[in-house]
Amino acid sequence: MINHQETITNSGNVNLDVHRDDIGAKMGMWLFLFTEVLLFGGMFLVYAVYRYKYPDQFHLAAMELNTNIGTLNTIILLTSSLTVAISISALQKGSRVISLIMLSATLILAIMFLVNKYFEWTTKFEHGIFPGSKELLNKPNGQILFFGLYFVMTGLHALHVIIGMVVLTFMLVFIVKKSVTSDNCIKLENSGLYWHLVDLIWIFLFPLFYLIQ
Amino acid sequence: MTKKENHHIGYLTYILVWLTLIAFTALTVTVAGISLGKYTLFIALLIAAIKSALVINIFMHIKLDEPIFKVFLGLSGFTLIVIFVLTFVDYIYR
Amino acid sequence: MANEISDTTMEKSFYQVSTNKYNGILSWLLTKDHKRIAIMYFITIMFFFLVGVILGVLMRLELLSPGHKLMGAQAYNSLFTLHGVIMIFLFIIPGMPAIFGNFFLPIQIGARDVAFPRLNLLSYYIYVVGAILALVSLFLPGGPIDTGWTFYIPYSVRTTSNVSLTIFAAFILGFSSILTGINFITTTHRLRAPGITFFKMPLFVWATYATAWIQVIATPVIGITILLVIIERFFGVGIFDPALGGDPILYEHMFWIYSHPAVYIMILPPMGVISEIIPTFCRRTIFGYKAIAMSSLAIAFIGYLVWGHHMFTSGQSDTARWIFSLLTFLVALPSGVKIFNWVATMYKGSIDPQPPFLWVMSFIFLFSIGGLTGLVLGALGLNVHVHGTYFVVAHFHYVMFGGAGTIFFAAIHYWFPKMFGRMYNIKFARISVLLFFIGFNLLYFPKFIMGYMGMPRRYFDYLPIFTPYQRVSTFGSWILAGTIFFIIGYLIHALFKGEKAKSNPWGGVTLEWHISSPPPMENFYVIPTITHDPYDFSQLKEMKND
Repeated sequence: MINHQETITNSGNVNLDVHRDDIGAKMGMWLFLFTEVLLFGGMFLVYAVYRYKYPDQFHLAAMELNTNIGTLNTIILLTSSLTVAISISALQKGSRVISLIMLSATLILAIMFLVNKYFEWTTKFEHGIFPGSKELLNKPNGQILFFGLYFVMTGLHALHVIIGMVVLTFMLVFIVKKSVTSDNCIKLENSGLYWHLVDLIWIFLFPLFYLIQ
Repeated sequence: MTKKENHHIGYLTYILVWLTLIAFTALTVTVAGISLGKYTLFIALLIAAIKSALVINIFMHIKLDEPIFKVFLGLSGFTLIVIFVLTFVDYIYR
Repeated sequence: MANEISDTTMEKSFYQVSTNKYNGILSWLLTKDHKRIAIMYFITIMFFFLVGVILGVLMRLELLSPGHKLMGAQAYNSLFTLHGVIMIFLFIIPGMPAIFGNFFLPIQIGARDVAFPRLNLLSYYIYVVGAILALVSLFLPGGPIDTGWTFYIPYSVRTTSNVSLTIFAAFILGFSSILTGINFITTTHRLRAPGITFFKMPLFVWATYATAWIQVIATPVIGITILLVIIERFFGVGIFDPALGGDPILYEHMFWIYSHPAVYIMILPPMGVISEIIPTFCRRTIFGYKAIAMSSLAIAFIGYLVWGHHMFTSGQSDTARWIFSLLTFLVALPSGVKIFNWVATMYKGSIDPQPPFLWVMSFIFLFSIGGLTGLVLGALGLNVHVHGTYFVVAHFHYVMFGGAGTIFFAAIHYWFPKMFGRMYNIKFARISVLLFFIGFNLLYFPKFIMGYMGMPRRYFDYLPIFTPYQRVSTFGSWILAGTIFFIIGYLIHALFKGEKAKSNPWGGVTLEWHISSPPPMENFYVIPTITHDPYDFSQLKEMKND
């Protein structure tokens, strides 16, 4: 459905109100998500090739990762997907307050995820394991690659968590300012889609890095 | 502008899905502890795929949205799989 | 029957009416109008094309005789790298979608603009940023990048020249491409006017749509590959480093998984333009509309499956190689469908040999040579002999420049009156097609011979046996470059002094010919309702004006 409203400004320039098309907006968002899928897909391809080439070394290297923190982070992200989904539903039903609370919960869970990640990484650094470190380079090649992939993939993922948090924070502000409302919430829905993608990537990262037993 | 009153997913459904996801997470962690040899990876990926399907269909709403979205998703996923397969044809047969 | 306005040369065009409240330069820089964005892209892209041409001319000058002439090996390496990077990432890949896709996709489907106009403007600025970064990287310490446009590992990690900034620029340019693709797919699905079903869309729209899918799905793969090279240069994670267990061939896989589909980004829109030009200048509906539409999708899809043919000699498994070879032969089929249907369209048509049509004729010759030599390269046994030689260079210039580049000029000559409201000198235009054709063949055909004789590519020097061929080639480059500047000359002249163009100077029937030249800002005062096929020439008598 296309709405057009034309107003003529003083200078004679015609002003077209941008038409509103929620389905189109959602379509654009999904297409963008596909690009993210392919971006990480490329990385998963690299992972797959090297795991295929160095199965035992990957196994050994994975033992250095903390499965508990990984599991905890998985639960955190899954829950954050729940909270953002409820947030959207709530806003569509008109419950602005619940929506804001759930959105804030999502952000808090995201912060918890990042804090965990921070501790994980710094622990590794303290053990001398980081790209280019002497400790790491002394290990067999397969393990070097494992950790290289670990840092790059979880790092790239964490970057997307941060981006997601920024987007969700904007949504928080928009809801408060009432520019996103129960009648006009496509921005929030699209932000939710992005957040779910971040969750999806982790759903695959988790078993591939933490559960090679 | 489309109203989606008839397409709403209730809070309860979301919570049920979430519980299922947590359950599958517990499952995948447990299974990892069991030594299943070459099936470990396959099972882990299968569980991840099921979790993804739940997130994509329910949380991301694609089950109830216009069918074109499923077509798009299928196309993109298929292309990714094809890329994996062709690349592995190289590595497996070296 | 399209209900539309009659001759509209008196009304205001999009040049005079802006989408925002500004006047002057800001009304352009902050525009949401897809047509203005297209024009801005046009100017920027043409600038970089000319830079690329000059780089090519310089390369050919060095190769006029054996031995060090203008430059040493290092400078030559940077030159061919930049020539490739600019021509590919700054000209051919963005060119047709950003200029003609932007201008005509909405109009051809009866829309007022694209689905996401502000995103469209952002795409343009992202392109500009990428372009500037690429230019800046030329002048930073370390010197311009010298890896070849393919940035192969391990050299791209080891070299001290400015790799990171240049490939980061390519990464940024990828974003522009992706956003354009997202915009076009959504536009095609959501903004078609009433009556324009998918199978009533013009074939240029089909082509742009298929291209958009490649832009969206393939580009991220080069994105991650570029990121990995940059990370490798800074942190040494070892992902492609053989010393640390990495596989350089994996880099090649990832690079070509994008870069092969990229060539279809380059060729599909031009093929769409041909499907517009031939019906117009043969006064006949296109033969096999559905087949051509479907073949665009087929090319887009099969194009993802053939990338390994760029790396037949690198060390892949034999199984992978023959599978890629087989798939490569397969991808020629849908292109063949198009060529047959185009020729069938011309049969018993009423041919009007205007410049756009002449460019298309030139294309058919040049692209056929390019396509057939692609089959030579696709055959494993032959590939071993000619990989990495001038044969490859000749092949891809025939398809990319003789193919996509030729139609870039065809599209300019077809749509110039519509975009700018002026007509150019037809006689000059006809002569330029001929001169281009002659210069092109002189420049590139000897390279097939040299390549077969063993002349490697990317070498700044050569054995004396190649001298006569190199001389002919360089001479051809002068004719070609001269023709290009001639074309630009008469087109710029036409901009200011050309005769004002009517709505439909050529007798086309797609929607852009129903509106004024140049179009009004909102394209259509009333969104048309279409009931006829896109190439229905029974409409023509009511529409055509000379």
